[in-house]
Amino acid sequence: MSDRVLDVKNLSIDIPLAEGMLHAVDGIDIHVDKGETLCIVGESGCGKSLTSLAVMDLLPKKAIRRLERLDLAGASILDYSEQQMSDIRGSKMGMIFQEPMTSLNPAFTIGNQMVETLQRHRKMNRVAARDLAKRMLEKVGITAADQRLNQYPHQLSGGLRQRVMIAMTLLCEPELIIADEPTTALDVTIQAQILLLLQELQSEFDMGLILITHDLGVVARIATRVAVMYAGQIVEQGTVKQIFDNPMHPYTRGLMRCIPVPGKTKPGEPLGSIPGMVPSLVGKFTGCRFAERCDHVTDACRQSDIELRAESGKTQGYRCIIDAKEMAKVA
Amino acid sequence: MSAVMINAKNVTRNFSISRGMFRGKQILRAVSGVDLTVKKGEVLALVGESGCGKTTLAKIILGLLPQTTGSVDLCGQSIMDLPRLELARTIQPIFQDPYSSLNPRKTIGSIIGLPMRVQGVENSATIRRKVQKTMDLVGLAARHYNAYPNQLSGGQRQRVAIARALVNRPQIVVCDEPTSALDVSVQSQILNLLSDLRKELNLTYIIISHNLAVVEHIATRVAVMYLGRLVEEAKTSILFNNPHHPYTRALLESVLTPEPDLGIPNTQLGASYPNPIDPPSGCAFHPRCAQVMPHCAMTPPLSNNVNGRFVECHIYNDDSAENAD
Repeated sequence: MSDRVLDVKNLSIDIPLAEGMLHAVDGIDIHVDKGETLCIVGESGCGKSLTSLAVMDLLPKKAIRRLERLDLAGASILDYSEQQMSDIRGSKMGMIFQEPMTSLNPAFTIGNQMVETLQRHRKMNRVAARDLAKRMLEKVGITAADQRLNQYPHQLSGGLRQRVMIAMTLLCEPELIIADEPTTALDVTIQAQILLLLQELQSEFDMGLILITHDLGVVARIATRVAVMYAGQIVEQGTVKQIFDNPMHPYTRGLMRCIPVPGKTKPGEPLGSIPGMVPSLVGKFTGCRFAERCDHVTDACRQSDIELRAESGKTQGYRCIIDAKEMAKVA
Repeated sequence: MSAVMINAKNVTRNFSISRGMFRGKQILRAVSGVDLTVKKGEVLALVGESGCGKTTLAKIILGLLPQTTGSVDLCGQSIMDLPRLELARTIQPIFQDPYSSLNPRKTIGSIIGLPMRVQGVENSATIRRKVQKTMDLVGLAARHYNAYPNQLSGGQRQRVAIARALVNRPQIVVCDEPTSALDVSVQSQILNLLSDLRKELNLTYIIISHNLAVVEHIATRVAVMYLGRLVEEAKTSILFNNPHHPYTRALLESVLTPEPDLGIPNTQLGASYPNPIDPPSGCAFHPRCAQVMPHCAMTPPLSNNVNGRFVECHIYNDDSAENAD
């Protein structure tokens, strides 16, 4: 168990709105081990970003977070004060956001911002900090690092900015990195480079990585384990092979049919789709959240909440009343 | 032999970039000498990294931006000679973000009906009938007629944008990243809709996308752009089965298909995208090319027709034809 970097148990997030309480995230358990990549995948509004913000304790003020357990590298950080959280954010766990421009300060140079991080968390002096910053930029594949340190974020391209963000996150050698759609704003060619870089650095520093994305292609290539979220719940989880080779939940199966795969889907033929919309999560919700859009829906689906099936000794689990044997029959 | 809908010849578009008060102007060549023909019923995909000029080219074809040199003909008529209203009846755009392309203060009915009013249709009953028919065509429920954009989901908004583009029954539709702002499950619905509409209304599409899996699925022809130049153009199956240009190969390699065993590709496209104000000499792709040869940096490559495709690369120039497979 000593390898466990993050252990979250029973996370719920409620957001009070004018029309009632929005149960944005409902009873999520996630854990990440050293050197492991957990991908959280789901569509917009499923609560995947809120989950990551809750781990960092960066939720909007009015959101109500409830947690049974929140352990970082074996120690509970559940009762940490704002000051203590601020100390470990950036040093023990880092976060990479989708749009690097919003997380870099446009008024300061790259060097300024990197040095500040080191002074704040590692009490280094300016010269040593700048030297480390330069080496870190080189590590993430940035050439002419000395010049880059004197540049402002707007002088860099999107791919370079994302590299700078990664370098900044790595400065204090965190145990855990949470990357929220790190490559969505980038070109496909740059996306592959950034993901490759993340993967290499992760194994070099032996970190845990949580990658949040909606892109199943990214998930397939980088994940060790996958959690599929739908409407605030994990509806299926398992190793990447289990999820892609043998998806169990009707939602996961539906998602897989939606994406064109070269060689599998015939060009021009209609793609699969999931009819209907995500249900509103305002107020109390009973039964399966996917029931409205599911092909296999029965009355029983709507009567009581469905538990995440976790068969003993198996890493794959899914939230559906149809058991594994029957599910194998309904292709 | 179907009719040629779009015929672009040697299209170039320059922008002049100010470098400050006394330093004069610099020329940025966003599109440089592009030839393109699109026949009726075809779906031409323009692919390439951001900044390669695909959106500029689409704007020129839409008549939203005049070209610096060259000519663009739509249905045999030069877009310079086409009156604005007729141009709008022939070709229509669909934009990427359905959240910003719809006026939040107008109802869905009036958003879709606006192009008709612009064309001079005054009878509101006619407009209403046509709008409702188009809404039905794109799969929007009639009850949304009086709704506002913020009451609709992303997929429904994109349907509104499609309905607005189609209400005057154009012959060509230019879709700029039509699905990249949408969720996976909605994306497939919109792609299916676009395919159905093409068959039903006999439309011609130009689709701009960075998602090559989507392109392979929907396009009949693919044109790959790099720094304002067309570097390879071919039928979709030909291009995807056997890409010739090293850049096309790298692009296709970087597509992340949902196959867990393959891992993350290393495309070897080391250096980042060059500055378009100061493009590299010779072949613009040579600093990033895995198969670069000494003369690539000196002379720009000639265009060739190799194995049923257009490709612009030194590897396929006649003198080194033995390298071509």
